[in-house]
Amino acid sequence: MVTGRVLVPGEAVGPLLRLRAPISFWGGVDPRTGRVADPRHPDHGRSLAGTVLVVPSAVGSSSSSAIMLELMRNGVAPAAVLMGKADAILALGVVVGRELGYPALPVVEAPLAELRGTEDGARVRVGPGGEVAPEDGSDHIPRHD
Amino acid sequence: MTVHLTSDERAFLAGVHGDAAALAMRIVVDAARLLGAPSLVEITSAHVDGCLYHGDGGVEFAERLVAGGGKVRVPTTLNVGALDLLHPATVKGDAHHAAMARRQMDAYLALGCAPTWTCAPYQVGHRPALGEQVAWGESNAIAFANSVLGARTERYGDFLDACCALTGRAPHHGLHRVENRRATVEVDASGVPPELAGSDVFYPVLGTWLGLETGGEIAAITGLPPRVTEDQLKALGAAAASSGAVALFHVVGVTPEAPTLEAATQGQPVTRKVALTGDALRPALDRLSTTDADAVDAVAVGSPHFSLAEFQTLVPLVRGRRLRIPFFACTARDVLAGLAARGYDRVLREAGVDIVVDTCVVVTPILPVAGGVLMTSSGKFAHYGPANTGYQVVYGSLEECVASALTGRVVRDQGAWAW
Repeated sequence: MVTGRVLVPGEAVGPLLRLRAPISFWGGVDPRTGRVADPRHPDHGRSLAGTVLVVPSAVGSSSSSAIMLELMRNGVAPAAVLMGKADAILALGVVVGRELGYPALPVVEAPLAELRGTEDGARVRVGPGGEVAPEDGSDHIPRHD
Repeated sequence: MTVHLTSDERAFLAGVHGDAAALAMRIVVDAARLLGAPSLVEITSAHVDGCLYHGDGGVEFAERLVAGGGKVRVPTTLNVGALDLLHPATVKGDAHHAAMARRQMDAYLALGCAPTWTCAPYQVGHRPALGEQVAWGESNAIAFANSVLGARTERYGDFLDACCALTGRAPHHGLHRVENRRATVEVDASGVPPELAGSDVFYPVLGTWLGLETGGEIAAITGLPPRVTEDQLKALGAAAASSGAVALFHVVGVTPEAPTLEAATQGQPVTRKVALTGDALRPALDRLSTTDADAVDAVAVGSPHFSLAEFQTLVPLVRGRRLRIPFFACTARDVLAGLAARGYDRVLREAGVDIVVDTCVVVTPILPVAGGVLMTSSGKFAHYGPANTGYQVVYGSLEECVASALTGRVVRDQGAWAW
């Protein structure tokens, strides 16, 4: 388990999604479906909806907050976002969504290098204090394909 | 960490300036908290990117601010919207799209923003001075304001840009603080062949490479010609902000915070030095084209929006000729007024150039729906085109774009890249 800094409070459970390359939500994610829309992205077609999305660092357009807001409004947002480094783009979209009364999701700045045993697809729980842990409470997580 | 607020700022939160100002201040303070900023900084201008329609949530947010009596407290320009208000038939979106995009644009006007509708506000008179604290959205405009003007802004996304404008405040962190503006990487571009370094086609590729290579680091580029133009720097920053999170770069001997390498690094050693080579640049060039198709279906230029100087290069290339495929030149309405004053708009339209204002082909449906291959001289169009339009892209110089549009066949001179 690692404990990160809470950027937007909340709790969530979902499969960890580790994208294979950085992504700009604007131009990279379809706000209607929550899927990776950039055909050049190695995870093209994968859905972000309901995942615990790992974002090591921000990249690309500052319009990504708007895409996050639309994902929340359309019910296809990630269940939680774990950021390697906080920025005022993705987390801000969540803050605005919360102001508008959309279901909010936790955003945590977490030491991602320490997040071992949590492979892509593993189910993890994000706690109210920024705790990130395997859902079953063990440190060993079986691989889900 | 708590954010230290002045009594004025607390008054905003208490609703003294109305509901919208309170909401805006809550969001600015939330942003400061999540960024770890100790306090807020007063700003002198804003550039708002939030007026582009991405979905109904953005309209709801803007109309909430209007309903709450929101007004901008600093001069604020607007980025592109999703409609060409001067040529409504340009955009092919459905009725819901058009109506909501219009509502979103109208809401920002109601907040007191100036109807510039451009991603290059710095070329229609919005030019903060060296050292000025501002809050700008739109990644290319952010890179330009910081790098070319020496104004100080962080990367503000939709919503926070408007909230900063409504409160006249921004989180005091990141690039607002001089110590964070120091170059930590030196890029030695002295090996670039002079002819290539003097050509417009080089800069979007250099920017793409820079974004991939340096990511969030700040680079000081040495060895570029001192006469590098403003439009070349614009293209460099736009491409770097597309391929990486570049918000500030220095060009030694050119940009205002880099009269010398020592000034750019604030007298401290760089953490690494990278020599730019032809081999390193080639993948960045290749990345800007997604097809080697021979036929081209449309051409688009002007991301960031074309300047008057760029049109002055385009006009003699097309004067008296007839382009065979759709050719879109995206620009600001203020630049269009400058074209009209010189009679250029007629020359361009007679050749078959569609002049798009207030918006652009990558943010809203303008391109022919059939899809196919789009050629562009813009690194940013090349980067975002495939995902946003469904078109394959081919990158080339403005001259190559025109030559291709005259024949419908891709014309590219790879010789320019022999290095």
